[in-house]
Amino acid sequence: MGHSSYEESIKKVYFGLILLAVVTLIEVFISLFGKGYIIGGVETSTVVLVVVGFLLIALSLYKAYFIIFEFMHMKYEAKGLALTVLLPMGLLVWGVIAFFQEGDAWGDRRELIKEKDEQTSEESIKPIGMIYNPDDTKYIN
Amino acid sequence: MATDTVLHDDVHHKDGENTDAWSGAAQPFEVSYGKLMMWYFLLSDAFTFAGFLIAYGTLRFSSPTWPVPDFVFKTAPFGIHEWFPGGHAPLIFVTFMSFLLIISSVTMVRAVQEGHRENKNGVVYWMILTIIGGAGFLGCQAWEWTNLIAHEHMTVNRNPFGTHIDHGVYLNADGTESSDIFKPGDSFLIHKDGHGHGHGGDHGAEAGHGDGHGHDAHDDGHGHGAAHDNIRKDVDLKHEYVDKEGFVHRKYKVTEGRDVGVVKQEAFGPKSFGALFFFITGFHGFHVLSGVVFLIIICLNVASGLYVKRRNGYEMVEKIGLYWHFVDLVWVFVFLVFYLL
Repeated sequence: MGHSSYEESIKKVYFGLILLAVVTLIEVFISLFGKGYIIGGVETSTVVLVVVGFLLIALSLYKAYFIIFEFMHMKYEAKGLALTVLLPMGLLVWGVIAFFQEGDAWGDRRELIKEKDEQTSEESIKPIGMIYNPDDTKYIN
Repeated sequence: MATDTVLHDDVHHKDGENTDAWSGAAQPFEVSYGKLMMWYFLLSDAFTFAGFLIAYGTLRFSSPTWPVPDFVFKTAPFGIHEWFPGGHAPLIFVTFMSFLLIISSVTMVRAVQEGHRENKNGVVYWMILTIIGGAGFLGCQAWEWTNLIAHEHMTVNRNPFGTHIDHGVYLNADGTESSDIFKPGDSFLIHKDGHGHGHGGDHGAEAGHGDGHGHDAHDDGHGHGAAHDNIRKDVDLKHEYVDKEGFVHRKYKVTEGRDVGVVKQEAFGPKSFGALFFFITGFHGFHVLSGVVFLIIICLNVASGLYVKRRNGYEMVEKIGLYWHFVDLVWVFVFLVFYLL
């Protein structure tokens, strides 16, 4: 440390302990609330789902910030060091956005295929890109 | 190559008068080589974990259903979950595990502080507490894995935690509708025949499904009691289907929507859940394990007075401290995506 007296820095550490513990307890409470344990029935609401998700992610990022900057002393390191470690993390923001969107698209595609499969069991198949002859029973399912 | 040498010589000649930070005479980031490289190792490790977590998110987003964490992680050792309403302790045990890591992170900060004061006994004392915290976390994880593998039969390619997508009602042994109804989003656990009672903690005590979450396959009271000695396989009954591996899939009748009146059986949940869970928590647990090993080694070195001889202000303790905080940091995100969301 060397930035504050010994007693002060010890105080800071125990403040950090209480802060992280309290934030974790709040997170668990919010998570259980979002699943309908505190007040029954809220778990079906999309608003609750989005707000709970947002709060949980924000609180976790705060915990991460606190651990990196206080416990790992990033606050007291040279600016160049902090930037070389933190800036590459920006790539992960891109990764999260890009891949989650992709995963969502896979899900949509899966739904679409399921829907189409169900349709074909009820209606006839009309091949795309082929000449369709209604008399040809080969194409009628 | 010749020019390289010339250039090199040029620099060499000026060495004495060059005070530029990047010429090698000073540390540009005001930090030792070892600590700088620890930071960069942690950066690369963060990318590895991020790769795992992004894969988790992508697969979860692409699945129509996903096991609800407070249903999957609702047990605690020594029957502690029995003290909670309905016999479930959702997320309680894993919160305890998080506290263990937070506390061991704080004791690690204290060890580093004592190192700055050159207080050898203080460093050893706080490092021992850190080691106990890390070992405790590993013990908890071992219990959690044992419960999931041995009692709930989850493996890397089988996930017995399913989620209903229909409104429906379970069937009795004679094929009639029971009073046990469920709605979309309700979770269930597919038990193995003969394993329905007395394991994993949640069985037997849970008769009422009071919380609207738990619909376990075990408590229908038919066939299980007698099946302990003779485990059924590949049996198709009116109220349940026992598959070739002995998993009991309860049958139900859909009561709402397009498939009204159709009798279906419980299906396994998304397959990737098991693989993601074991690989991500396993990789984190491996970091904790190696952290504990290094903490023990460095603690012994501190106690032997090695770092007093080196006169570098217990820098090795700072380096293992950085690593240990990183392990706690990763847990923040593993906790977020696997247990909270």
